Amino acid sequence: MMWFQRLFLRRRLYENLSEEIREHLEEKIEELVAGGMSRKEATAAARRAFGNVMLTEEDSRNVWRWLSVEELLADVRYGLRALRHNPMFTAVALLTIAIGIGANTAVFSVVNSVLLKPLNYPNAEQLASLHQIAPGAPGLADFENGLHLSASMYFTYAEHNRAFQSLGVWDTGTASVTGLAEPEQVRTVEVSDGVLQALDVPPAVGRWLSEADQVPRGPQRVMLSYGYWQRRFGRDRSVVGRNITVDARPREVVGVMQKDFRLVDRDFDIMVPLAFDRGNLILAGFGFEGVARMKPGVTITEADADLTRMLPIWMDSWTNGPGTNPHFYETWKITPMIRPLKREVIGNVSDVLWVVMGTIGLVMLVACANVTNLLLVRIEARQQELAVRAALGAGWGRMVRGLLVESVMLGLMGGVLGAAFAYAGVRLLLAIGPANLPRVSEISLDARTLGFTVLLALLSGLLLGLIPALKYAGPRASLALRGGGRAASASRERHRARSILVVGQVAMALVLLVSAGLMIRTFQALRTVDPGFTDAQHLQVMRISIPAALVAEPERVLRIQNEILEKLAATPGVKSAGLVSEMPMEGFDSDWDCIFAQDKIYPDNVMAPLRLYKYISPGFLQTAGTRLVAGREFTWSDVYGLRPVVMISENLAREMWGTPSAALGKQLREFPSMPWHEVIGVIQDVRERGVQEKAPEIVYWPPMMEYLFGRKIADTVRTETFVIRSERAGTEAFLNEVRQAAWSVNSSLPLASVRTMKEVYDKSVARTSFTLVMLGIAGVMALVLGIIGIYGVISYTVSQRKREIGIRLALGAQGQDVVQMVLSQGATMALAGVAIGIGAALGLTPLMRSLLFGVTAQDPETFAAVAALLILVALLACYVPARRATRVDPMVALRYE
Amino acid sequence: MKTREQRDLFPGALEMMILRTLKRQPLHGYALAQHIKRTSNDLLQIEEGSLYPALQRLLKEELVRAEWGISSTNRRVRIYKLTAAGAKHLEHEVSRFEKMLEGITRVLAPGES
Repeated sequence: MMWFQRLFLRRRLYENLSEEIREHLEEKIEELVAGGMSRKEATAAARRAFGNVMLTEEDSRNVWRWLSVEELLADVRYGLRALRHNPMFTAVALLTIAIGIGANTAVFSVVNSVLLKPLNYPNAEQLASLHQIAPGAPGLADFENGLHLSASMYFTYAEHNRAFQSLGVWDTGTASVTGLAEPEQVRTVEVSDGVLQALDVPPAVGRWLSEADQVPRGPQRVMLSYGYWQRRFGRDRSVVGRNITVDARPREVVGVMQKDFRLVDRDFDIMVPLAFDRGNLILAGFGFEGVARMKPGVTITEADADLTRMLPIWMDSWTNGPGTNPHFYETWKITPMIRPLKREVIGNVSDVLWVVMGTIGLVMLVACANVTNLLLVRIEARQQELAVRAALGAGWGRMVRGLLVESVMLGLMGGVLGAAFAYAGVRLLLAIGPANLPRVSEISLDARTLGFTVLLALLSGLLLGLIPALKYAGPRASLALRGGGRAASASRERHRARSILVVGQVAMALVLLVSAGLMIRTFQALRTVDPGFTDAQHLQVMRISIPAALVAEPERVLRIQNEILEKLAATPGVKSAGLVSEMPMEGFDSDWDCIFAQDKIYPDNVMAPLRLYKYISPGFLQTAGTRLVAGREFTWSDVYGLRPVVMISENLAREMWGTPSAALGKQLREFPSMPWHEVIGVIQDVRERGVQEKAPEIVYWPPMMEYLFGRKIADTVRTETFVIRSERAGTEAFLNEVRQAAWSVNSSLPLASVRTMKEVYDKSVARTSFTLVMLGIAGVMALVLGIIGIYGVISYTVSQRKREIGIRLALGAQGQDVVQMVLSQGATMALAGVAIGIGAALGLTPLMRSLLFGVTAQDPETFAAVAALLILVALLACYVPARRATRVDPMVALRYE
Repeated sequence: MKTREQRDLFPGALEMMILRTLKRQPLHGYALAQHIKRTSNDLLQIEEGSLYPALQRLLKEELVRAEWGISSTNRRVRIYKLTAAGAKHLEHEVSRFEKMLEGITRVLAPGES
């Protein structure tokens, strides 16, 4: 017979079976009655001889069944019924699980998209970032990203390598595009030949920038990003071949990159060729990021070795000019440290994400513990039912499965609900997430995330059901049939599982709260650091660039900048305005080089340490609130007069001459052909790279000078950050007036990166505040769940011990004795949890060391405060049921005896 | 706790006895139980009920056939008959059992080896 025929015939089969068995018993009874027994005796005897009728029928039916599936379906039906009959329990349990799963799914989707998924390039595993370090270069060790590549290095690497399919260098910048609408400042990436080939993403329209476009003073060409193409050209394919005006120079559009294409971690609007002038290149100029595609099968180590091999070739092939020793760079100990491109893109966010993932995972465990506790309570109420089922012949394996099926269903339903929460959660995460979170656009709930959700739902379901199932559906279940729960109420062992769960919850809550506490301390420590500017929300910053094609003459550029400053200062509500090459934490590529002092001796083979260079206008210090430690600041006549003056940071002054005042009057220069510049002022240390990073040593130059960027003629820094101090900073009306002020001087000047310093500052501590918020949320969730857990266990114990308490009260115990008795039970659990939690936290918090600042991972104050808080809250949670216990009326409680 | 099937018998023993009994003549469940009980001199402690799962297994394997009929005592009963496949299966099982029994007997026999 085919199995589906059986399915149809099964009802008949079962009916036959039942009838047959009925007839069997009847026949037996009749026979016995005929033998002289009473009908009643005969019925009993027949049943005895036959055995368990129900079981026999079930076993017989099982022969025909597709067993596992059908029993499972029956269990599912049964489980659903059980859940429906207990709507409060089901709602609370489901909500707890759903929130847990939702939070975990949301965080996992971020972890998955940012950390786990391969980058959006074909065969992304072959892509590498040509990172290198120079431990021998004095001063450079402070530079966050190691030693970038110089243009000459690029040519050597590109032409002599054996390990790479293609490699190139790139840089980011800004440019103004005019002639389309309002003048617009756009984000640019400049690429050498090899970059697009390495990344290997075809253009959406047109073609890539080619080697022919890399000729200096050759055809001026440009590619657009998809976003810019959409925004400015409405995705008009005929844009290819048209000219756009970039930095006042026409450039021909040759193609558009694909949607969502990013150059490593950068979004951009237009892509321009670097077009190096090979004949004029020197060894130095380490300003470019390198990206490469390794040949298949080449490892990072081999690629590193390949670069190492080429460094001598590089030093042999190029020079820094007559009279310099090209092999001097050997003292820098340049060491290639190629990184997978993914690591470069992800940056330091992975620590944060893993810590958050771990935290949320702990919350899930706490949530599971709570629901398990609920299940235990409920199952205790169902013990009679279970006992009856066991007595009726349900095998304990079957009963365990029934309970597990029920809890897994709870888990799965929680998972469905949780997926919905996760959808909202991801949105929330992105809203509060670090603004500079890499790969944000790639974050989505994909198949892997949903798989994770299903797995999590199943696992938590199993975990939930396991303890109750093992505890109550075990072979001893039948014991509960007698007694009706009276004798059992006093048994300590019955509460053991629940107490252990509560202890675990308290321990986990402690770990989470300690982590959150450490982040709070970190944040406090960050707040006390003087960043080098004051009252950030009243500091408006914006970038204005004056391209050479628009205004050629350097002094004219300075005059325009000066005029804009004056207009800005005259705007209502503005206290003052100033210029700087970049404000701290803005994250623009900065300028740096060696600095030589007249009164120091530099042996031939030793290079002066590399220092950060900044260019500031008169009035900048006062505007930004940066303190002048000694001496005076630049004046406009210093600047226009090209007077050889310079200022330095306090830490540089101390390093070179011991005290700030000793530095005044000393002479500095960048290279031998430059005249000596007198140090006229010393400026407080500034946290250039963010509050958590050490303040670098800085040399401050005037914005216009001879020998700027090594050229002998007078030149002006053309891209500057304008800083405005005003109570009105950040308001729309104010920004309009500021724009008008700038355009009244020159209407082709776009304003870029318009922000308040508060925004800049917040962005630089975004990683910390994001971690703080996430750990805070997790900590509070764990705390609340933990309190509910303790409260639940204690009040349940109290309700179970009502008779005992009644007897105690009847025998003369005082209310306060009872309170004490109940509280001590709670305190024991809380103390045990806190002790275990402290142990676990000591082991776990070092994992978040990289996120901490100004506080150790084992900060005793945080640990003590959190422990105290937890114990206090736990006692409060116990106090309510304890008070209730004293109100037990001995008479009522004893009446049942 | 006793296992749920063929208490105190090895797997397949009950089926074998049912087939053997049915080979002699078709019977209904109750008669089958009585017959096995009687012929085994009550030595085998078989719950009458355990017959039914065994019968269902045999039905499923198509070693027996069942039809409703009227018994000698005028009851409506389901009468089981051996099929050809059943007869063959019985033969096979019996010879297997005899070999097994012989083996066990030899091992249990005192004095040798």
